[in-house]
Amino acid sequence: MNPLQGYLLLSALLFGIGLAGALTRRNAIIVLIGIELMLNAANLNFIAFWRYSPNPQASAGIIFVLFSIGVAAAEAAVGLALIIAIYRHFKTSDVSQVNTMRG
Amino acid sequence: MSPVFIILALLTSLSALAAVSLRNLVHCALALTITFAGLAALYLQLHAQFVGFAQILVYIGAVAILIVFAILLTRGAEPAGVSLFSKSWYLGAGVAAVVFAVLAGVVLSSKALSPQVPPLAEISVHQIGDQLMTRYVLPLEVLGLLLTAALIGAVIIAMNEGPKRKKEIPGADRLSASATNGDGQAHEAALRGLAVDAGLPGSAGTASPEREVHPGEVAT
Amino acid sequence: MIETVDQIFVIIKRWLVAFAPQASQPFVSALISVAAIFAVFPSLFALTTILERKGLGRIQNRLGPNRVGPWGLLQPLADGLKALTKEDVIPSVADRVVHFAAPLVLVVPVFLALAVLPMGRNMEGIDLDAGVLFFFAVGAATELSVFMAGWSSRNKYSLLGAMRAIAQMISYEVPLILSAVTVIMAVGSLSLVKIVEAQSGYWAGLPQWYVLTPWGFAAFVLFMISAAAESNRSPFDLPEGESEIIAGYYIEYSGFKFALFFLGEYVGMFAISGLGITLFLGGWHAPLAFLDWVPSYAWFFGKLLALICLFIWVRGTLPRLRMDQLMNFAWKFMLPMALINILVAGLWRFMPVGWERWLACGALVVGPYLLLAKALLDNNHIGRRVYRYAD
Repeated sequence: MNPLQGYLLLSALLFGIGLAGALTRRNAIIVLIGIELMLNAANLNFIAFWRYSPNPQASAGIIFVLFSIGVAAAEAAVGLALIIAIYRHFKTSDVSQVNTMRG
Repeated sequence: MSPVFIILALLTSLSALAAVSLRNLVHCALALTITFAGLAALYLQLHAQFVGFAQILVYIGAVAILIVFAILLTRGAEPAGVSLFSKSWYLGAGVAAVVFAVLAGVVLSSKALSPQVPPLAEISVHQIGDQLMTRYVLPLEVLGLLLTAALIGAVIIAMNEGPKRKKEIPGADRLSASATNGDGQAHEAALRGLAVDAGLPGSAGTASPEREVHPGEVAT
Repeated sequence: MIETVDQIFVIIKRWLVAFAPQASQPFVSALISVAAIFAVFPSLFALTTILERKGLGRIQNRLGPNRVGPWGLLQPLADGLKALTKEDVIPSVADRVVHFAAPLVLVVPVFLALAVLPMGRNMEGIDLDAGVLFFFAVGAATELSVFMAGWSSRNKYSLLGAMRAIAQMISYEVPLILSAVTVIMAVGSLSLVKIVEAQSGYWAGLPQWYVLTPWGFAAFVLFMISAAAESNRSPFDLPEGESEIIAGYYIEYSGFKFALFFLGEYVGMFAISGLGITLFLGGWHAPLAFLDWVPSYAWFFGKLLALICLFIWVRGTLPRLRMDQLMNFAWKFMLPMALINILVAGLWRFMPVGWERWLACGALVVGPYLLLAKALLDNNHIGRRVYRYAD
């Protein structure tokens, strides 16, 4: 197993852990933590491919990851603001209890 | 596979597992910080220094603190008896396991990933800046716009609307409060409005944020 | 001869590294640099504690500590012994792991930050291509320790102090980084060694430091104010002021952990002053051309001591800022000034050398400063200052 496969497997593992956390936990903040983990796993994927690709002079991998970090930060800010607003209204941050629009 | 990579991979995946499975939310946030630090070390191991430092600066220095603040502002931590996981947790775990299995299968069986290691090419900060300003200038400007919109949006969404009792007449408040048949909240808010209008010390701090407190007036 | 004295530490390090086997020489070289930093900066910390206490004492018209040793100079020894032998009290409801880790999370990044500062000719720990970014990244990592300390103590005042401290630190990080960006723009590189090299040379006897340009001076002032706020030093020490919130986020720490917090805070102050010297005050260059013979590290540490004395002076003079005043100052005054300063720095670079450049840039720095100050002070209804003397 070459180093690139090692990094890609780690990235897939982190993505799986993040996805499991986002799908199974009840607290909204843990869902957001899972989403951040998934974004980070994708970034690791990009950087691994950039390093082990046959044309490392192309800085597209690095630039993409920089933009991805920026977008993730913006999305975390808005997501957490939403969670705070929802908490203020429903007095809970449990996603299974924010169900007044069901049915 | 170098021992450094194995240690870092173990650290990162164990802390990621802790970040989604611990009960105490602040411990989850701190485990997530360790995950970010492990990832930054992996980026440095892959000779992407700029991204590694940017990861520390943005994720550990800002996103982790954001998450921690949000945890503290939504102090609805689950009581001990309630389960952490939703009712159909096996479905979520199953989906995640399937996704991981598919990705791992593709990675391990792919013939496109060649075993030889290409030569290392250091991308200097100068080159990154040059690329950002020439080839990727449009995404850069869009990112700036996105960050501005996110900043303003987050502030507006999370802003405390505050009790809108700036210009109420104290008498009318008391009347309406008794008319609502002892609705405790309205009564208490009316009393608070009375106290603020009377200028009692210590109550100005709970007033709506729009009211200015001049230095010469009530001490907060 | 002068060059030997200037490079004496580099020569000693090379001589020591030659003893190690060939394969491990980079590692041994790095280890020696780390050992040197660990030898110098904690002793500077000890010196600063006594300097601060004596200095503050004199400003407040009293003697500082003067019992231990001649003129109280051995006071840090007594302080160190006290910190080491005091009982380490941990609240029973405190979160033990986080409580233990908080001082470590403060001290480790702060010492990491010292690795990129060039303390003399060829005397930096490591010359990173993205040195300034590395410095700010590890500076941002110290904020998490404040939160860990405040939260793990399970104490309302502790948590309140931690929240205030973090809000203050992230607010002042923006003007700090923006004022450093002006220098990065002027030099065109993030490497601290190149930034120092760009400030070499003398023009009509005066050094070409960035602090002696209009935008550089404004940026230096903004940087120093933000540095004081980042290190939680007076007048920005509301989160830890003794008369405000007892000790803020480190109420529940005693003994050696408290000493570690103290050490981390002071070494953080040294690190950020060192960065200020590197960016604005010409690093290890001499101020006048004929003073070249003084070794470069002597100039760096001399400037560092001068900045430390400036911090102590400001601490003894100015009253503490309230939280809302602090936040207003950061977001409504310093951020617009920093942004306008970036414009001025760009203008300076593209205008031809001459007095028009000075006039335009000076006006563009002083004008907004006066306008912003007037606009912000008008809303405060500050009365006339009244002096009352004790009879």
